[in-house]
Amino acid sequence: MALQNDPDPKLAEYAHPERLVTTAWLAENLGADGLVVVESDEDVLLYETGHIPGSVKVDWHTELNDPTTRDYVDGARFAEICGERGITRDTTVVFYGDRNNWWATYALWVFSLFGHADVRMLDGGRAKWVAEGREMTTDAPKPEAVEYPVVERDDTAIRAFKDDVLTHLGKPLVDVRSPGEYSGELLHMPDYPQEGAVRGGHIPGAASVPWARAAAEDATFRSRAELAAIYEQEQGLSASDDVVAYCRIGERSSHTWFVLTHLLGFEHVRNYDGSWTEWGNAVRVPIVQGTERG
Amino acid sequence: MTLPPQLAELVDDFAAVTPKQRLELLLELSRELPELPERFADAAGTMEQVHECQSPLFLAVEVDDAERVHLFFSAPPESPTTRGFASIMHTGLDGEPATDVLAVPDDFYTALGLAQAVSPLRLRGMSAMLGRIKKQVRAATG
Repeated sequence: MALQNDPDPKLAEYAHPERLVTTAWLAENLGADGLVVVESDEDVLLYETGHIPGSVKVDWHTELNDPTTRDYVDGARFAEICGERGITRDTTVVFYGDRNNWWATYALWVFSLFGHADVRMLDGGRAKWVAEGREMTTDAPKPEAVEYPVVERDDTAIRAFKDDVLTHLGKPLVDVRSPGEYSGELLHMPDYPQEGAVRGGHIPGAASVPWARAAAEDATFRSRAELAAIYEQEQGLSASDDVVAYCRIGERSSHTWFVLTHLLGFEHVRNYDGSWTEWGNAVRVPIVQGTERG
Repeated sequence: MTLPPQLAELVDDFAAVTPKQRLELLLELSRELPELPERFADAAGTMEQVHECQSPLFLAVEVDDAERVHLFFSAPPESPTTRGFASIMHTGLDGEPATDVLAVPDDFYTALGLAQAVSPLRLRGMSAMLGRIKKQVRAATG
């Protein structure tokens, strides 16, 4: 059974307040039946240095990605990952992580591909929890294994592939990488052995909105009004638009996907996880170099 | 591959254990990274940032009169992987002759067997660290 929503007034402003919890709510609800807290970080060792009591770790690189195909794990593997962490199909899963919840939103997005119903972000993530001096532990939780059903991933609603983006050209695209990556000047960085691209630039028509603009100093999401000012007023996007967001491998853009979908209430946002490492290397796809949208 | 003895030992230690234990080893190393001496208190002003690392990492290199290399690193505790990489560099190379440091193969880190557990982008930080260390050693000995 899903837990009650966090009634915090800041969250109430967002289009889907049920997708967020505050640190205060989480502190009160830790240990509640039906709740599992998942830490997902950029730094693969950070969880081991201390985590929110009872929280379990999901590593984006080794656990959510299939080891051979460039794709996410299948339903059977996902069921194992969840089941061994005590997550059932009905569990309320609260995600948090380092670096403005960048990787936590990525994990939440992958859970959403599997249609896990009750997924929430901890507003402010790990940084805010620590800054408030809340309890951390190095004790490893020992969740009782549970049954998670094998569900087929649905890639149609919130995930875009290269061919989808080719047919999408002319409609709204958001490039969430740094300005240097957007213009293409960053390709001469040394040693990008496996995640680089042979050309720098951006997808034609893409607006440059670096993902971290959506985060405040304390790693919380900016207020609804501030987010609307960036994406709606400044960029001219609206909630009924068909939007594709991308970055380099699809992780930073999952943060923007979360913001547009759950905080601003956009109805049709897809994350192009192939992103620049695919597009910038693909034969016969158009790119634009420089700071103009193209 | 010829490595300075301490670094060779570390590589052997990593190679001898399972991928999961390699991460534990890295975590242990991250805890052993020495504190910065007072003279580097203002890291951003006096040290070189390794921008390739995903987390803020600063390093300083000194070469003494005997042409031995001394390494200093600053990385926040919330970046244990980056600290672990820095600690590998420190454990393996601190106090070694400049010529031996310059002779370390740029891809030595592949022998640590971390690629299964640590993404290429994270590992890239380690090769970048070595590159910058060598550059500073060359500048100091050139």
